[in-house]
Amino acid sequence: MPTITLNRKVFENLVGKKLSDEKLRDRISMIGTDLEELGEEEIVVEVFPNRPDMLSEQGFARAFSTFVGAKKGLSKFVVTDSKEKVIIDKNLKDVRPYTACAIAKNISFDDEKIRELIQVQEKLHVTYGRNRKKVAIGVYPLEKIEMPITFKAENPSEIVFQPLEGDKEMDAYQILKEHPTGEDYAHLLDGLDKYPVFRDAKGKVLSMPPIINSHDVGKITEDTKDVFIECSGFDFDVLHLALNMIVTTLHDMGAKIESMTLEYPDKKRKTPILEPSSMRVDLSYVNKILGTELGEKELKSCLEKMGYAYENKKVLVPAYRADILHQVDLIEDVAIAYGYENFEEVIPNVATLGQSDDFEGFKNKILNILVGLGYLETCTYCITNQKHQKERMNLDLDTVTLANSISEEYDSLRSWMIPSLLDVLASNMHQEYPQNLYEAGWVFKKDSKQETNILEQTRLGVVLCGQDADYTKIRQVLDLILNYLEVKYSVESTTHNSFIKGRVARAKIGGKGVAYIGEISPEVLENYELEMPVAALELNLSELYKIIK
Amino acid sequence: MSAEKILKTLHPLERKTLPFLKQGILFEDLVKISGLKDVEVMRALQWLNNKKALEIREEISEVLNLDKNGFEYKKKGLPEKKFLKEIKNKALTIQELERKGLSREEINGCIGVLKQKAAVDVKKDKTLTFSITNFGRVFLEKTSLEEKLLSKKFPVNMSGLEDEERFAADNLLRRKGILKKEKIKKKTVELSSLGLKLVKNSSKIGDVSDRLTPAMLKTGSWKKKSFREYDVSINVPKISSGRRHFVNKAINYMKSIWLEMGFTEMKGSIVQSGFWNLDTLFVPQDHPARAMQDTFYVKEPKNAKIPEWYKKVKDVHENGADTGSTGWGGKWSKEEASENMLRTHTTGLSAMYLDKIRSGEYEMPAKFFSVNKVFRNEALDWKHLFEFNQVEGIVIDPNANLKHLKGYLKEFFGKMGFTDIRMRPGHFPYTEPSVEVDVYNPKKKEWIELGGAGIFRPEVTKTLIGIEVPVLAWGLGMERIIVDYFGFKDLRDLYNNKLDLLRNMKEWLK
Repeated sequence: MPTITLNRKVFENLVGKKLSDEKLRDRISMIGTDLEELGEEEIVVEVFPNRPDMLSEQGFARAFSTFVGAKKGLSKFVVTDSKEKVIIDKNLKDVRPYTACAIAKNISFDDEKIRELIQVQEKLHVTYGRNRKKVAIGVYPLEKIEMPITFKAENPSEIVFQPLEGDKEMDAYQILKEHPTGEDYAHLLDGLDKYPVFRDAKGKVLSMPPIINSHDVGKITEDTKDVFIECSGFDFDVLHLALNMIVTTLHDMGAKIESMTLEYPDKKRKTPILEPSSMRVDLSYVNKILGTELGEKELKSCLEKMGYAYENKKVLVPAYRADILHQVDLIEDVAIAYGYENFEEVIPNVATLGQSDDFEGFKNKILNILVGLGYLETCTYCITNQKHQKERMNLDLDTVTLANSISEEYDSLRSWMIPSLLDVLASNMHQEYPQNLYEAGWVFKKDSKQETNILEQTRLGVVLCGQDADYTKIRQVLDLILNYLEVKYSVESTTHNSFIKGRVARAKIGGKGVAYIGEISPEVLENYELEMPVAALELNLSELYKIIK
Repeated sequence: MSAEKILKTLHPLERKTLPFLKQGILFEDLVKISGLKDVEVMRALQWLNNKKALEIREEISEVLNLDKNGFEYKKKGLPEKKFLKEIKNKALTIQELERKGLSREEINGCIGVLKQKAAVDVKKDKTLTFSITNFGRVFLEKTSLEEKLLSKKFPVNMSGLEDEERFAADNLLRRKGILKKEKIKKKTVELSSLGLKLVKNSSKIGDVSDRLTPAMLKTGSWKKKSFREYDVSINVPKISSGRRHFVNKAINYMKSIWLEMGFTEMKGSIVQSGFWNLDTLFVPQDHPARAMQDTFYVKEPKNAKIPEWYKKVKDVHENGADTGSTGWGGKWSKEEASENMLRTHTTGLSAMYLDKIRSGEYEMPAKFFSVNKVFRNEALDWKHLFEFNQVEGIVIDPNANLKHLKGYLKEFFGKMGFTDIRMRPGHFPYTEPSVEVDVYNPKKKEWIELGGAGIFRPEVTKTLIGIEVPVLAWGLGMERIIVDYFGFKDLRDLYNNKLDLLRNMKEWLK
């Protein structure tokens, strides 16, 4: 989850109230963010992904100031019309069809403000913008731009400009291949014949979203006073929200916000609109969900504490809030304002009968029999290495494989239990013998009859490892379990590459195979570098359970 | 314990040793006269030492002992004498000397010694030729200091050497393989007053039996016997038993808590479609949790079948459908929902059980739980596992609210031994309000994060159950509780299956 670094001084000025470290610690955590670091100069907080509007000093401080009571209710934003426009070409339809734009004026940029602007832009790119796929944001010094601006798709070879931090003019292809930022985001333009580009009235390239700005027209410096902001992507509402998050941040830096006209092929729009939207909230629903007995007045004050206004049973929601999909989202904010620490626990009187899973009970009974034999239960992973399941066991199996495991060693789901137990034996060779182990675990097999096309069953593996481990001893274990369950079974000679020929058997109940028992072959033991004989049992508990019930 | 009492508890080895003990007796001598083995005498002495009957004094002394060549020279004389004897009448070349049975190495050693004593003349031509001098003739007749030393009985105590002998010893030690210095331990027994008393009374022990045998019982001969009394306070060798794995014991305990509270156990597959693991829970398809790095996707078979009614889920994602929500917007993809993955939480099971309420398999109010495996695609390290357990619970109750959520959790954690719990705001795409749950560890005096909880969003409940009902839900980390209980520092210790750990681990006593 994203973290942001707040300049403590800037933050405190914006909040308008100075809190002790202890209080800050508590309040930051109780507003629903995780405090990572609280320093003299910097505060590092983790912001949950539902609050992208809090990814800047200004946004965070705005939410925080009402929460701690330094301010109250809805923040007001004035937007005037710049009369400037952006013309959007219809050929963007399958490329990057939408943009939302604005102008912000009279900002006295310094190092700190530039850092803040870059931080919010980057954080929004990564989170709400899904690494620029959903939203790409560009900010440009207004004085270098001749209005109006056009946004259209062009042949990559015709898009030629000096990219930000590049040393020469390049065409779009070169940028994607040679410029570091170009390489990082090139995949976002995969498969397109034409690439999106913003140009000013004189044809100067502003940027090629979502890749990079031009070095000339796309760089904010300490001399910049006024800026042009655009967000581009595929969903106009999403872009408008992102734009609102940026412009309200700039507003709180002291900027004057001006709207622009967006000339889409089919209609004109104007952005940004910073008027709050309204949502109905039902007081009885609030109290029902939270178990509270809030009155209208308390509800109002809770909502104001979270930066909303409440009028005529309606909540006015700030234009930068992207997380209000349903009135429950407002109810959570009411709960935060009320204070999670203030909810006392109540144990309701709801009568229900507890019921354990029957198979789990069956499995536990069998596992407890093995305790009586003096064996140790192990706990190994379902995710394993194919080689251990197959090559090492002298077998060819069709295993269920994983697509993207971080560790090469763990590349698939296990097909049977004995290899997992042999792994345990191999890692305990310096320990006292005999080593008699068992475990019941999931095994996985491809099966198109299942919903997931995978059959998942529970199997019991038992290994006896020591000088006198042999077929008789493991057969005795099988007999013991099946006799306790009072099932009739036969034990038939079979072949299995992991076992010694002539010392392996299949146990069947009513013709259905439920278990293998035998002595593990010396080749397999050698593959595991084991120096003691092993007799092993693999019993399909899922099948056995089906037969018994 | 009195001497009398001690005499009754003596081990047979102690009894056999005791009569031979004398003040200051050497260990070796004791072994000889008792007729017991070294180790047996040693054990008896140690036990008697534990009883404060005696001290075993150890003295370390340095001795000279014969080395490999030393044995030979002691018998046949030193090689320089043989050398001189051979050239006494006739000068010889080095090759001729070799033929007389001196090794090249010995010859080289001799040259050094003999030249120092001016006993030989060496002529260097094509080869070396040696002839004896007058000094050499005198030397040949004399018994040298080295020879005198060699003639002593070995080992020779270093501290008892005369000056001349020490000089000779130094000379011989410088030469290869004749003498060596060794440190030897001399053990003597020093009896305490208790020990002296025991020795004095050792004859009174009489005939005591060590074991009660079946034969004694059959014949009744036990009636005439007395049995050795044991020192019951001494330690005995450890044994170990068969055991369930401690993690499974903890899991079974947690399950029993939910059962007592009237919860029904849920079950479901490990591999799930994105549909059940994420989409039914209103996790947007472009949510970062869906990104490759967190989730194990299945390569083969890649896809699952998803229910016919998937369109309900599609609608709620795209526009909120009839839930009163705006939805996430954008396009929802069936293909993406069909992808197989290892479940990243057991909350997918909860979604399946909400569907079972709709289908009538279960009725409201209902409470469900599971304690089961979940998977995250992370590299194993001391604080990350890719396979671990989650404690999942849902309460489907038309009257449920946030205070009840805290109530259920407080009850569970209370039974786990944590008396204090705390709720903090959190965020999960499928709950609103969302809660982070902390419990207080009074020993470490700190809050530990143990999981997430909340009330399922209407987008989840309305879609799955068909009507909007508050559903309390939680997914708690289990491993941290177990690690804390057993005092591990490394999460991997839970599943590394070290047999000594499994054998000796303390019991899960909750």
